Amino acid sequence: MHIHRYERWWMAFGITMLVAFLAIIAVAAVADNINPPGGMQQVDPAKVASTPPFDHPGLRRLAEGKYEAYYVVQVFSFTPAAVTVPLGSTVTFYVTSPDVVHGFFIAGTDVNMMVIPGWVNMQTHTFKKRGTYLLLCHEYCGIGHQNMFAKIEIR
Amino acid sequence: MHARERQLHAENRVVIAHVYTGTAALVLGAFFGVLQGFSRAGAITAPAWFDYYRMLTMHGVLMALVFTTFFITGLSLFVTYRSVPRARSLVAGWIGWGTMLIGTAMAAVTILAGQATVLYTFYAPLKASPYFYLGATLLVLGTWVVAFEIFANLAYFRRGAPGKPIPLVLFCAAATFVMWIVATLGVVAEMGLLIPWAFGWTPGINVMLTRMFFWYFGHPLVYFWIMGAYIIWYNIVPTRYGGNVFSDGLTRLTFVMLILLSTPVGIHHQFMEPGITGVWKALHTVTTYGVAIPSFLTAFAIFASFELAAIAKGKRGFVATVLSLPWSDPAFSAAGYGMLLFIAGGFGGLINASYSMDTLVHNTIWIVGHFHVTVGGPAALTFVGAAYWLIPKITGRALWNPGLALLQTRLWFVGMIFMSFAMHFAGLLGAPRRTAEVAYMGSAVAHSWEPYMLVAAAGGIVLFLSVMAFAAVAIGTLLQNEHSESMEATFAIPADPTDRTPAPLQHLFRWGAIALVLAVLAYAGPLGELLRNPGYLAPGMRTW
Repeated sequence: MHIHRYERWWMAFGITMLVAFLAIIAVAAVADNINPPGGMQQVDPAKVASTPPFDHPGLRRLAEGKYEAYYVVQVFSFTPAAVTVPLGSTVTFYVTSPDVVHGFFIAGTDVNMMVIPGWVNMQTHTFKKRGTYLLLCHEYCGIGHQNMFAKIEIR
Repeated sequence: MHARERQLHAENRVVIAHVYTGTAALVLGAFFGVLQGFSRAGAITAPAWFDYYRMLTMHGVLMALVFTTFFITGLSLFVTYRSVPRARSLVAGWIGWGTMLIGTAMAAVTILAGQATVLYTFYAPLKASPYFYLGATLLVLGTWVVAFEIFANLAYFRRGAPGKPIPLVLFCAAATFVMWIVATLGVVAEMGLLIPWAFGWTPGINVMLTRMFFWYFGHPLVYFWIMGAYIIWYNIVPTRYGGNVFSDGLTRLTFVMLILLSTPVGIHHQFMEPGITGVWKALHTVTTYGVAIPSFLTAFAIFASFELAAIAKGKRGFVATVLSLPWSDPAFSAAGYGMLLFIAGGFGGLINASYSMDTLVHNTIWIVGHFHVTVGGPAALTFVGAAYWLIPKITGRALWNPGLALLQTRLWFVGMIFMSFAMHFAGLLGAPRRTAEVAYMGSAVAHSWEPYMLVAAAGGIVLFLSVMAFAAVAIGTLLQNEHSESMEATFAIPADPTDRTPAPLQHLFRWGAIALVLAVLAYAGPLGELLRNPGYLAPGMRTW
């Protein structure tokens, strides 16, 4: 099978480009800790309301500028519906659902998670801009999906 | 009438059934598409008895699952019949069509009745009517019957010509269905969980297991569409500009790579989920980047074929090559515009499949823009263009109103650019996908999406008009014109007929078996992890 010289060059270029892209992703993951959300913790979806810490969803202050936020995401609301965090704070979000699959997305940031019943998802973000952020559900979850949003105030 | 002619007519009826069922799905799907687009942009208010999400479910199912599938089965049966001429029974083609049609009807009725407002991804624990899942399963099983028919003809050809290479177009179609069989095992496994649960025979569903099975199938589904387009780009499009297949061997290599690499990539749809360790997400980023390689091969082969044809006509250079192509032939221009759209779609895909960058775009309307500029561009537009080549051959009639057909391809290209680019931009600003209204009580960030939503809706209108123009040409041809066209089909031949293709590339089923092994290896980690620690079952509910 004959492979034209130009085709060899083109394939070398294409594969080099893919390898370079992958290298950038790997460096970002290892050096800058840019990784997607995740977590292996499980929670019985029928008992979310009585399982700590989701029995008291809300914001917890760990230290100066360090917070944890526990959210119960269900049809068709986020609990807590509004939180206020000081500028520059690092917040780790823990989210779970007692019913169907939801989304947890803060528009204008890279906080982007699927909320799966039975599992706790987790992501950390540092808020570097003042303002009112829109937290919304970005996975179709039923007839009231478009009404499902909350606020995060950065002061 | 001669026996050969009778045979051709009988074969044509099977292909007409498949292709025109696909056309009907396209027209209905476009109707629901434009309705949901208007509803989302706030131009109309969806009535309570037929809400936005029902429109969106109809649009997605009809376009992504029904139109594409019927078109690819129809086209693949056609190229199989024509490249292996013989007296044959057509029972399998009809049974496949009937099974797919019954399945489609079951799914469509449950959606229209509001019993399956679960969108085309039907994520558990949203619990639809069991007849929706049964219908979707029948649609898939019908394609297996079509695959069996293609493989049976391939086996017949090999028996009659031992050692001879499989005709390229038949090879490409059979490769597409080898990949499809490997891929659809995932959705059939998922249905094995969903159907008993929807009937109430099992108390709950393992949500993560259904998602993993779904995306095992969901990504190769897009390669099914792309391979359908590649069958056309390699074998049919060159006949429109007097060109050749650039390389027989590299074409087969491309299809073999697609068989191997389409399936072990599905976790890249699940980057934002818990329950899957990061290392498996990273692994599937690597494999997804691997499946870009056959598309690079294809890009080279297509442009090289263009250039060889231009050189044969005495044209040299980039501009002269582009201008030498028959842009006023709708069967070419549709595919040509589709190829241009695929350049944007391909690079967008590399962003989505990126382990880290996907965080910025996952489940935003960027993704919707991406799959409209891929399945709605290179795939669907190529299918529509191929229909302009195919319909005269299966009806024996000249194409009705080729001028309208040409306008249709241009409208599609322009409408798709406006719609999908607006969706990409709005997605980067944070607009979510699959959401009825995106005003969020006057939120400032939501306000910034508005102009893009209007541009997207305007693009949608242009696309709707384009689909209507296609339907007019397809139906007009069936009703209006005289029998004047030849029913014989010719396919592009390699530029260098003396170049020998290595024999191992011919063994499709062996490659299929290797693909299955690769899929098992790619999923052994994430699936094994889930099965060791499966977690809670969700009872499921109807939230619409």
